[in-house]
Amino acid sequence: MSRFVMCLLLILMCSLPALANVTLLPVRIEVRDRAALQRGAKFFMNYCSGCHSLKYLRYNRMAKDLGLTTDDGKVDKELLVSNLIFTRASMRDPIEISMPAVDARQWFGRVPPDLSLTARERGPAWLYTYLKSFYKDTKRPFGTNNLLMPDVAMPNVLAPLIGEVMAVEKTSRSVSSPQSPLDLVLVTPGEMSAPRFDSALQDLVTFLVYTAEPVKLVRFRIGVFVLLFLGLWLLVAYLLKKLYWQKLP
Amino acid sequence: MNVLLNWIDARFPLLSTWKSHAAEYYVPKNLNFYYVFGILAFVVLVLQLLTGLWLTMFYTPTVTGAFSSIEYIMRDVSYGWLIRYVHTTGASAFFIVLYLHMFRGLLYGSYQKPRELVWLLGMLLFILLMAEAFFGYLLPWGQMSYWGAQVITSLFGAIPYVGDSLVTWLRGDFHVGSATLQRFFALHVIGIPLLLVVLVYLHVVALHKVGSNNPQGIDIHEHLDDAGKPLDGIPFHPYYTVKDFVAVLVFLMGFFAVVFFIPDMGGYFLEFSNFAPADPLVTPDHISPLWYMTPFYAMLRVVPDKLFGVIVMGGGIVTLLFMPWLDKSPVRSMHYKGVFSKYALAFFIISFFTLGYLGTVDITPIRQLVARICTVVYFSYFILMPFYSRYEAHQTPSSRIS
Amino acid sequence: MVDTSGPESERQAIKPEPVDETRRRFLLTSTSVLGGIGALCALTPFVASWMPSAKAEASGAPVEVDLSKMEPGQQVTVEWRGKPVWIIRRTKDMLRHLNDANARLRDPDSFVAQQPEYAKNRYRSIKPDYLVLVGICTHLGCSPKYKPYEKEMGPDWPGGFYCPCHGSSFDLAGRVFKDVPAPINLEVPPYRFVGEHVIIIGEDESASDKGR
Repeated sequence: MSRFVMCLLLILMCSLPALANVTLLPVRIEVRDRAALQRGAKFFMNYCSGCHSLKYLRYNRMAKDLGLTTDDGKVDKELLVSNLIFTRASMRDPIEISMPAVDARQWFGRVPPDLSLTARERGPAWLYTYLKSFYKDTKRPFGTNNLLMPDVAMPNVLAPLIGEVMAVEKTSRSVSSPQSPLDLVLVTPGEMSAPRFDSALQDLVTFLVYTAEPVKLVRFRIGVFVLLFLGLWLLVAYLLKKLYWQKLP
Repeated sequence: MNVLLNWIDARFPLLSTWKSHAAEYYVPKNLNFYYVFGILAFVVLVLQLLTGLWLTMFYTPTVTGAFSSIEYIMRDVSYGWLIRYVHTTGASAFFIVLYLHMFRGLLYGSYQKPRELVWLLGMLLFILLMAEAFFGYLLPWGQMSYWGAQVITSLFGAIPYVGDSLVTWLRGDFHVGSATLQRFFALHVIGIPLLLVVLVYLHVVALHKVGSNNPQGIDIHEHLDDAGKPLDGIPFHPYYTVKDFVAVLVFLMGFFAVVFFIPDMGGYFLEFSNFAPADPLVTPDHISPLWYMTPFYAMLRVVPDKLFGVIVMGGGIVTLLFMPWLDKSPVRSMHYKGVFSKYALAFFIISFFTLGYLGTVDITPIRQLVARICTVVYFSYFILMPFYSRYEAHQTPSSRIS
Repeated sequence: MVDTSGPESERQAIKPEPVDETRRRFLLTSTSVLGGIGALCALTPFVASWMPSAKAEASGAPVEVDLSKMEPGQQVTVEWRGKPVWIIRRTKDMLRHLNDANARLRDPDSFVAQQPEYAKNRYRSIKPDYLVLVGICTHLGCSPKYKPYEKEMGPDWPGGFYCPCHGSSFDLAGRVFKDVPAPINLEVPPYRFVGEHVIIIGEDESASDKGR
């Protein structure tokens, strides 16, 4: 009977609903892909770091994890500073923005949120979908809107890359569908082709998944060793147990 | 070594304690897998105390510093991430182990005479542990921490007349704030752990006074050999020390697999919205307590009345206390109880799991109906027990363990 | 291990004793050895967590100081790793009379390792003009006062540092006088010059940037 109960628990645990008004687009994340992390970091620094801080990540930690090191394993300071540090921060500092909070509130209505943990809070699919959901909307102060976060205060920083995107009503939609009634259509292409843009976003999101939990890079490896050790110890302990229990009084 | 031991033993009941509680403490020889969870609970307690102590060395219990200090632990402190993940996994592991430990009690009638006090002390431990988990959860000062605390402290407002003042008194402020955080910190780090340790000691002492039950519910002390030892008993040491050690290792393998490979357990052990710092102005889209409290949370939600909802939720826990007196069956173990008891327990477990699941998701009309049915089933298990346990046809166990 | 005692009637001896005993010992030893290893591994995160964190390393980072505006005889104090670090621009006069009072010093040749190799010389510095010292008295940790003028602290005072807490004194190379409570010379921190007038306190000459 207890086995039946266990099965039920498993079944229940598997059926997790994921309610969303917009279907999230899937994105493949391989956080150990160093090249992707480096491209993502560069993309972030170029397009995002003016407004969004990563205040729980230090430059030197990022440099080490991304492989921006010299032969003896120390951080390659020149490489780091010339590619990834655009403020007056030193290598050991956390990644902050130079935009004053007062100004940010005046321009955007709020200080742009720190993105260190966003990938853990919302998930990579959400981030990817969000960045692909901007469209032109002349009614908004910055001229853009977003399907996933309607009336968001963030301007479409990536507009030059993807090009001009418009939202059109879906031609056939069922009234009870929870999905958004709008479709996005690329009207004028930008500097990047759509596949290249998607790839750049994938790199960026990979990088953000890294910033949310840098230790992800090592914990799997350590875990394997721990489990192997425990397995060996278990084997020995089990043999010992069998030995004792062979001769019960 | 012997000289040292003798020196201590002349001044401290070392050897006599070892004999009476380990080497010559007789335990039924048929204890099965369900009997491992008490030891595992103790292991988890030690893990939590150790990792908790260490986390306190790096954590900042202030509204402005708390969230950042957690990230400091996760990133800047050497191996801080590991200590933190053990602690969060340990919290969930504690409840998994405890629920299984309690289930064993229901299955084999471990709460029946003469073990009522063991059961009561255990229930007190369970309630204290829920409080401990609740206080601890505020400490990261994330969105779920804040709003979870806001909701649960508000529950006390349901009490007539004194409700609102009580809530303000609990919080130390008009909302969950700095005062709340600091007192929850003190309770979580020192207050409740001390109580837990003392109660665990009392729980084990009470158990050892009457001896362990077993899956057949037979009293092994009824048949003794010439030396006065139970015929169906074996000394705890070395038999159960060596067996429990294996169990501990199996547990640790599963435990560390989670810690290293999937510490957030898909949002069940580390809730996603808690990775955002607390914002008193914005509630997350979806609030639920940690999974181990969701069965009771679901019960709270099925009742449309605030006070009555709190009573039902509290009742769900408090009724467990009465088990020794609700079970009128002349046999202890489910092996020998009748078909009514077996089905009742099965339905109870199913309703418990279903309520638990429903507590994690949003309310819809269908779900509300199911939750209500499950709540009725849950309470029926207790309310009807004095009747079905007394009057059902049951088997008679032999007096010796087979 | 305490062996069990029980009634004969229920006992079943299965295997011969000697094999059991060896196997038992082997298994017990292996379990214990693995346990020891496991305990050490388990201890590692706890012990390691006490090491200075990345935050501590960041705030303990080397400090760059520009000396170009310093007047001869002037003292500049900067903070490094929470400690006061003095830079004294010694005058020609100070340097000329620096070793006149060596007989009154406890450790005039700096035998005790209170300075990096490159500061183990007559001036206790890389360049004679600039003295760099950790401004903490080697007695019990107060910060001494800069008293550069001759006879300022009495007729025999050659110029140096005086600690008001318990009366210890040091000369203009940070060396401790005899007959005072402080036992050893003031510490010279690691430092190096980048360019003529800029020093970095906290880094040796040979080190490139120590990233974490």
